[in-house]
Amino acid sequence: MAKSIDVSDVNIYYGDFLAVEGVNMTIRAKSVTAFIGPSGCGKSTVLRSLNRMHEVIPGARVEGKIVVDGQDLYAPEVDPVAVRRQVGMVFQRPNPFPTMSIYENVISGLRLNSKRMNKSTADGVVEKSLRGANLWNEVKDRLNKPGAGLSGGQQQRLCIARAIAVQPDVLLMDEPCSALDPISTSAIEDLIHELKSDYTIVIVTHNMQQAARVSDETGFFNLKATGEPGRLVEFNPTKKMFSNPDESATEAYISGRFG
Amino acid sequence: MSDHDDLSGPDLATSSSGVPVDVLDGDIVGPRPGDTGGQGRLPRMAAALIGVGAVAVAGLLWLLGLGLLPAVLLGYVAFLVAFPVWSLAVENRRKATDRLVTVLVWTAFALAMIPLGSLIWTVVRRGAPAISVGFLTDDLSGRALIEGTGGIAMALAGTVLVTVIAAIIAIPIGVLTAVWLVEYGKGSRLATVITFLVDVMTGIPSIVAGLFAFAFFQVVLGAPLPRLAVGGGVALALLMIPTVVRAVEEMLKLVPDDLREASYALGVPKWRTIVKVVLPTAVAGIVTGVTLAIARVAGETAPLLLIVGTAYTTNWNPFDGAVSTLPTFIYGSLNRTGGQYGAAWTDAVWGAALVLIVIVMALNVVARVIGSVFAPKTK
Ligand SMILES: Nc1ncnc2c1ncn2[C@@H]1O[C@H](COP(=O)(O)OP(=O)(O)OP(=O)(O)O)[C@@H](O)[C@H]1O
Ligand SMILES: [Mg+2]
Repeated sequence: MAKSIDVSDVNIYYGDFLAVEGVNMTIRAKSVTAFIGPSGCGKSTVLRSLNRMHEVIPGARVEGKIVVDGQDLYAPEVDPVAVRRQVGMVFQRPNPFPTMSIYENVISGLRLNSKRMNKSTADGVVEKSLRGANLWNEVKDRLNKPGAGLSGGQQQRLCIARAIAVQPDVLLMDEPCSALDPISTSAIEDLIHELKSDYTIVIVTHNMQQAARVSDETGFFNLKATGEPGRLVEFNPTKKMFSNPDESATEAYISGRFG
Repeated sequence: MSDHDDLSGPDLATSSSGVPVDVLDGDIVGPRPGDTGGQGRLPRMAAALIGVGAVAVAGLLWLLGLGLLPAVLLGYVAFLVAFPVWSLAVENRRKATDRLVTVLVWTAFALAMIPLGSLIWTVVRRGAPAISVGFLTDDLSGRALIEGTGGIAMALAGTVLVTVIAAIIAIPIGVLTAVWLVEYGKGSRLATVITFLVDVMTGIPSIVAGLFAFAFFQVVLGAPLPRLAVGGGVALALLMIPTVVRAVEEMLKLVPDDLREASYALGVPKWRTIVKVVLPTAVAGIVTGVTLAIARVAGETAPLLLIVGTAYTTNWNPFDGAVSTLPTFIYGSLNRTGGQYGAAWTDAVWGAALVLIVIVMALNVVARVIGSVFAPKTK
């Protein structure tokens, strides 16, 4: 089910402000792609344009083509809501729905869309998603307790379970571990490894080791200067990126001599 | 005000190395510039001791022939001076200042409570004897009308009827307006204009709302003197709408954008996100705000005087005929409290006032309870 994404000549604006300019890349199916780069260079912005979450912000727009499975996401006839069902997202801060139990949080994507299903199907989806997110054993005895009562790391995995419960083709993760301790982080990295066999995953991270550990390909974003739009400086297999990058800026950033 | 320790600023704890550590910010503190004097503490009973002393001073002055009010005032001043001075002697300047301000704040609180306490006490004292089952279930028809011996059932019914009509009109308009302002119109010109108009509406004198309803139904019905409950409902709704809009708007703004984005990212359309995520998350505050808005208009008199008229029998038909509400009944009955049956009417007015206060207070309590019942849980 996983799909590849072709990004060509994409410019992304907030109102009149050009935040990211001229992005071209191909994100391969069933692989993990990491975005790295200094703060404010537009990683989140690019990530959010991949499921049309960017335009949720008033005045924000995207130029160029982002093609998933032969279909341009920004073609006029495409419904952004349908795109988001296909391309799921996990946010930097865990954001379970506070009014819902753990169980309801997991199937919220289906329930909120009024998908009818019987109890046993729903139970199956919940268990499968929670197992998929490595959370089942910790919460199986308290599925009806509020999701907000979990620890930060558990909440983040709950959000991952919620995202995969709707069976998207692509999973976007914006710094999913930045609020987590090393143990939860490693749990989520393991999870990313497992999810890779079913999903196309794009992850934004500030942690070089994490990018090196989990990703197959890496995109390095940078700003020429403050006030200038962000650009994709280099996009290469992670191994090459971390051993022998094409650009000197990439090397400087990775080795910590920069930003 | 027995225990001032809770209010007297950061406590000094002692770290393992024996150095005093300011608990609040963790800094290691030596004596601060203002900390002159000793480092001791006042005994727990200090306030009570000085209080007893102050009362004694006041009592003595009174016995010596001073008026009651000057005696009490001097006793208070004695307390106000003695407490911080003692603190200054034993503790330090920072604590003494803290205690002085604490006393002043409590004084302000007590002063503010005096009118409220006296009002409730008076209404309960004079109204309670009038309350009986008959008072709540009878109306004022027949002889009872002349003698004032019946009950206020028609006014209770009218209050319920008019308030419910107001709520039916105002809640949907208010909630939907707020939803539009927060979820759709944010930052747009129209939203600025609407917000401004809502603010203007908040400032409408209630009698003007009543006049509007009166004029409106005059035109609609073509009657020179329209008398109907719906008119009262419209007048109250006019007062209620801005309160509801404001309350709901504030609650919706409190819902983090994270949750909206989480929902969008699951492929949930915006309207469904609002209905199933945003509103349920804010429901506690919304229901509380709406209930308080209802409580506020339930006690309104001025907007109803013209349009609902006066009725002494229960009228459940909102579209025809005068109705009586508790406030209009109280107002209308005041001119009967003299004369032959004046005492009976006076009792009825106090009883009605008590019932009205109880209803409004009950609504406030209900609002709080609903607020805590609906609040998102973490356990
Ligand atoms: N809602 C917004 N409105 C206007 N400008 C924005 C908005 N969000 C981001 N920007 C701008 O877009 C640029 C890219 O921001 P973005 O959030 O994509 O950076 P980032 O690479 O994700 O940074 P970080 O690593 O700190 O998360 C920045 O210049 C930022 O100021
Ligand atoms: Mg970011």
